[in-house]
Amino acid sequence: MFDLDLWKEIIDALKKNRMRSFMTAFGVFWGIFMLIIMSGAGRALENGIMDGIKAFASNSAFFWTERTSKPYEGFQRGRRWNYKNADIQYIRANLNDLEYLSPRLFGPNSYGGDNTIRGIKTGAFNIYGDYPDYFKIDPWTPVKGRLLNEIDILQNRKVCTIGERVAEVMFDEGEDPIGEYLKINGVYFQVVGVIHPETRINIGGGEKNEAILIPFSTMQRTYNMGDVVHFFSVTSVPGVPVSKIEERLKELLKGRHHIAPDDLQAVGSFNIEVEWKKFNSLFNGIQILTWIVGTGTLLAGIIGVSNIMMVIIRERTQEIGIQRAIGATPGKVMLHIVAESVFLTVLAGYIGLALGVGLLEALNMALEAGGDEVFFRRPEISFRMAISALTVLIFSGVFAGMIPARRAVRIKPIDAIREEK
Amino acid sequence: MIRLNNVHKSYGTGSNSLHVLKGINLEIEEGGFVSIMGSSGSGKSTLLNILGILDNYDEGSYYLNGMLVKEMSEKKAAQLRNEMLGFVFQSFNLISFKNAMENVALPLYYQGVSRKKRNKIAHEYLDKLGLLSWAEHMPNELSGGQKQRVAIARSLITQPKIIVADEPTGALDTSTSYEVMEILKEINEDGITVVIVTHEHDIAAMTRQIIRLKDGIISEIIKNGDLKQWKHQYSKELEIA
Repeated sequence: MFDLDLWKEIIDALKKNRMRSFMTAFGVFWGIFMLIIMSGAGRALENGIMDGIKAFASNSAFFWTERTSKPYEGFQRGRRWNYKNADIQYIRANLNDLEYLSPRLFGPNSYGGDNTIRGIKTGAFNIYGDYPDYFKIDPWTPVKGRLLNEIDILQNRKVCTIGERVAEVMFDEGEDPIGEYLKINGVYFQVVGVIHPETRINIGGGEKNEAILIPFSTMQRTYNMGDVVHFFSVTSVPGVPVSKIEERLKELLKGRHHIAPDDLQAVGSFNIEVEWKKFNSLFNGIQILTWIVGTGTLLAGIIGVSNIMMVIIRERTQEIGIQRAIGATPGKVMLHIVAESVFLTVLAGYIGLALGVGLLEALNMALEAGGDEVFFRRPEISFRMAISALTVLIFSGVFAGMIPARRAVRIKPIDAIREEK
Repeated sequence: MIRLNNVHKSYGTGSNSLHVLKGINLEIEEGGFVSIMGSSGSGKSTLLNILGILDNYDEGSYYLNGMLVKEMSEKKAAQLRNEMLGFVFQSFNLISFKNAMENVALPLYYQGVSRKKRNKIAHEYLDKLGLLSWAEHMPNELSGGQKQRVAIARSLITQPKIIVADEPTGALDTSTSYEVMEILKEINEDGITVVIVTHEHDIAAMTRQIIRLKDGIISEIIKNGDLKQWKHQYSKELEIA
């Protein structure tokens, strides 16, 4: 099949008609270039957001309390209430399909002014009381030291894990915070870990790297919070949608706290699963949109090539007539035109692909320098996509060449030769 | 070499049909030097196209070198053209982006001859026609006569049995026309059958046989000896018209 002479003829013909070849190639180049850029950008947006949330347990829900909105069992509406330690134990014992349950207390926050002191350094941070199970739902990793553990809870240890920003403010550069003490809201805590959040999902407000996490039990005791629980997170066992236990949990809590079963306000909750679904359909939407616009652009490029080929054939009708008069078979004429068109589309497409990928790569390098906080990450296209784009190109080259080639062959050689220029 | 029996050809279909050739019977011997004449619309180009296997005919039969040419596939026709026939056209029809040598070599490309070999052969033919120093020139750098000589070299390179020329001097001045005719005559003397279409009778007079077409039939065939008398009659007809 490979015929060196054929290729020499084709390259010769293309070289000697530079402008025409260039214009033809440009349409395809642009189509594939745009497809790559757009799909890379779509992917980058997805990566940027998914990186921020993918470590987060997608089957989780969160609960807090609000004022009641209905009078019930002798209580008036507008009553304030709290979860209690007993609620947590009751839920653990009576709720099926529960995987993790992690209560939380909100201590002093950064809006209340400086609450943390070490020597002459002071800072305003968000203080949380947490269970180790919390890290199973919203993962953090220790940069130094360790996370909170069960023994901290059992022994009510006065230890804390701190966000990176806290370490930066409260310690000198090069100083090791582990083992040092911070005076948090008047009480000394030993730093056991500097921790980094794996996700950017933020439950309960406040910058995550300005957080100080202390054991839940320690917070209740140290700050005289009694048996109050502000907030808790749950996850369902794999295979059970969290929405299912969310409803059962609310019924349970309402029953224990004299709240009207039809009170929609009193138990505040937030379900990540629902948000997750929204995100997924958003990304599917972006991907579909990218494909539609991308293939549309590509198609426009192909139609452009076909169009230009049509003009070229018209321009070359005479030439083709002569070739046929001196012995070129229709097959050979077709082969020439199709091969020319395939050669052009593939070459142009390949350049478009290479430049597109190159640009994405450059963009990626620029973005990497931007660090963690960018919502646009790793613009890339899959190998499969590149291959299918190339396949589409080859087919479109054949298609773009075929239509004008068939027209060229249909004209009788003598009419072609006589055709007025 | 060429034998036509009752060849009919119409263009178009149904009521719009135009009957161009109405039964042509013609025999051209090997080594013949023939011109086809006739006013426009007489069917001379159509006849040439059929002879050159560039067009089909509807009825009758056409034998080329003893082989029946009828309802041939385009592929077969192209191969036959390549082997048997050489074409020379009024407007030269060189390929504008190829130089003289490449133009001459092109028919050999379709025979699958290697580039090196066909370029060498093309050089030989250009040399024969006195164009060796112009081999690397593009067609737009050549004069009309030179272009036509390149075209003749191209038609000869496959060593055809027949040269078919459609108004080969139509775009040339008188002295160049005579030069070209001289070349065609030499070719003919080498034993190649030459058929030309022309409407100039001084050109036709240089051939050995004139076939005169009128309204789709052959009105007369004049051998070279009778030419003077024919010329007389022709000018008389012109006076009446």
